[in-house]
Amino acid sequence: MPNIVVLVKQVPDTNAKIVVQGDAVDLSAVKMVMSPYDEFAVETALLHREAAGGTVTAVTVGGAAAEKILKDAKAIGVDQIVRIDSSDAMDSNALQTVLAQAMATMGAEIVYCGKAAADTGAGSTGPGLAERLGWASVSNIIGADFNGGVSVISPSDGGNARLNVTLPAVISCDKGNFKVRKPNVKGIMQAKRASVEVHSIEAPASTVTVVNQSLPPAKPAGKSYEGGAAAAEVAQLLRDEANVL
Amino acid sequence: MTETIVIAELNKNGVHPSTAELITAAQALGAQPTLIVPCVDASVADAVTGWNGIKGIVAAKSGAFEHYDAAGWASALDAVMPQGTIVTGASPQSKDLAARIAAKRNLPVVQDAISIDGTNVTSPVYSGKAMQTVSLSGAAVVSVRSNVFPPTSADGQASVSVVDTSGDVATSVQEFMARASTRLDVAEANIIISGGRGMGAPENFSHLEAIADTIGAAVGASRAAVDTWEAIPHSMQVGQTGKTVNPNLYIAVGISGAIQHLAGMRSSKYIVAINKDADAPIFQHADYGIVATWEEALPVLGSSLKAMME
Ligand SMILES: Cc1cc2nc3c(=O)[nH]c(=O)nc-3n(C[C@H](O)[C@H](O)[C@H](O)COP(=O)(O)OP(=O)(O)OC[C@H]3O[C@@H](n4cnc5c(N)ncnc54)[C@H](O)[C@@H]3O)c2cc1C
Ligand SMILES: Nc1ncnc2c1ncn2[C@@H]1O[C@H](COP(=O)(O)O)[C@@H](O)[C@H]1O
Repeated sequence: MPNIVVLVKQVPDTNAKIVVQGDAVDLSAVKMVMSPYDEFAVETALLHREAAGGTVTAVTVGGAAAEKILKDAKAIGVDQIVRIDSSDAMDSNALQTVLAQAMATMGAEIVYCGKAAADTGAGSTGPGLAERLGWASVSNIIGADFNGGVSVISPSDGGNARLNVTLPAVISCDKGNFKVRKPNVKGIMQAKRASVEVHSIEAPASTVTVVNQSLPPAKPAGKSYEGGAAAAEVAQLLRDEANVL
Repeated sequence: MTETIVIAELNKNGVHPSTAELITAAQALGAQPTLIVPCVDASVADAVTGWNGIKGIVAAKSGAFEHYDAAGWASALDAVMPQGTIVTGASPQSKDLAARIAAKRNLPVVQDAISIDGTNVTSPVYSGKAMQTVSLSGAAVVSVRSNVFPPTSADGQASVSVVDTSGDVATSVQEFMARASTRLDVAEANIIISGGRGMGAPENFSHLEAIADTIGAAVGASRAAVDTWEAIPHSMQVGQTGKTVNPNLYIAVGISGAIQHLAGMRSSKYIVAINKDADAPIFQHADYGIVATWEEALPVLGSSLKAMME
């Protein structure tokens, strides 16, 4: 009966407008949500539990405000919710070291996470955590089944491959070929009462530090045309002005 | 100055041409890089000995490089790479490898670099809604987006040393499912023509395919198109919950330009939009915007491109 962990991260709602104050992004007025791919990770973890038994623990590394997404995960059906307290910005090395230690302490056997967090867009955490634990990893899976072992579908060499995964492993999830479940009333009530387990783990110093955040340079206004006939001129410009053909 | 290492980006013929851009990026980080070519057959490295600005080429030869396995590739490469800052491409596979290698060496990883100034590296964050510059205070692994750095010139003369290596592969392929379509994938293409719900019906994507065939492009789609029509697979989806693409040219047809779609394509070098609604947000991001229905514009675009390509 596997001890299943799913990693969830709180990020700005993807519809939110990002504003910059001085030289840093200001998120104070932004609605925060669970990173969209993490929803697929939660769903995959729950499907795994339904097939193989065991428990699912949702883990986030962040401040107290991030507990909201743990409650969201609880409402959908995870068993336990854990927050590893952190306030400082951590580079990938620091974050993964903390997560690796937490996974070892918890006795995790399989970890699901998102393909990439909506804020960093990095996709580093899954494979990096696996390497630190000495585990297998498969990234960007679009489906999984649990008849017997763990078998996943992931993009490979211009097609898709079905891979058998030897546990322990870390699996990062792309948008799956399934629907993610929504919380029901009972789940929401349980989540309200659930308590978050809080751990603190010392992180190594970060050697990558943010020096500046800014809005992308505004694109100079493009050329605009009315009517389909203009497509002929645009085709010429693509060759002669943009040099992309 | 820190040592730099470039891991070659691969395609089915060997070293992907975008690797020449990684050489330039590595030089911006420090020194002339050592180029590592993961291969099963070392002769693929011979194709790039003319690239300028390389300290040397190491053909890392192993059966482990037959199929991608993150653990196996990271261990096989780690064994043959010097210490230093490592540069990779930013395809999904290369970002995965970058993260795995960084962890193996206890290094931080910075993904999707679009500009490098000494130890300062800039990448898009918040789906491209902001840019973030970080400072590296030691060795790191940096993945670099394609089509942003100029490729190194081809008037050099580097020598290849072949090194055998091996890696512990941790996954096994049970079944390979070739893509139903033999069309170019959006993640691999330098030109993409995408259709949205404004295409009206999935059959109408054939007009996009015809143009794609003329100019060697891949066909992409918005999420609304993928969700509405079964015949348009998710593998074609560009955006927040689809693929992030960075082509030289992105042509958006019947796509409104929702923020989640922009998240996947706004860093394209040139953007063309065809939409019947002059107020569609996509036009604010287009280098060339055509206010017209696709029924009106695509035949003209198709025949003009065809005439130019002949
Ligand atoms: C969490 C989340 C993730 C998402 N991820 C993605 C993603 O990855 N990718 C993505 O694309 N979207 C994504 N979306 C959806 C996104 O918000 C939009 O709904 C979607 O991009 C709209 O697609 P569309 O532009 O094709 O359709 P519509 O918004 O319906 O726009 C159709 C456009 O076609 C034009 N049109 C109509 N007829 C014609 C004609 N005959 N000729 C020319 N133009 C015509 C219309 O003027 C209109 O602008 C996501 C949403 C959420 C909430
Ligand atoms: N602070 C965090 N706490 C918990 N999980 C995280 C955290 N950061 C990243 N993750 C997980 O790792 C995935 C990839 O994140 P990233 O490597 O930043 O793109 C996310 O989708 C989460 O599942």
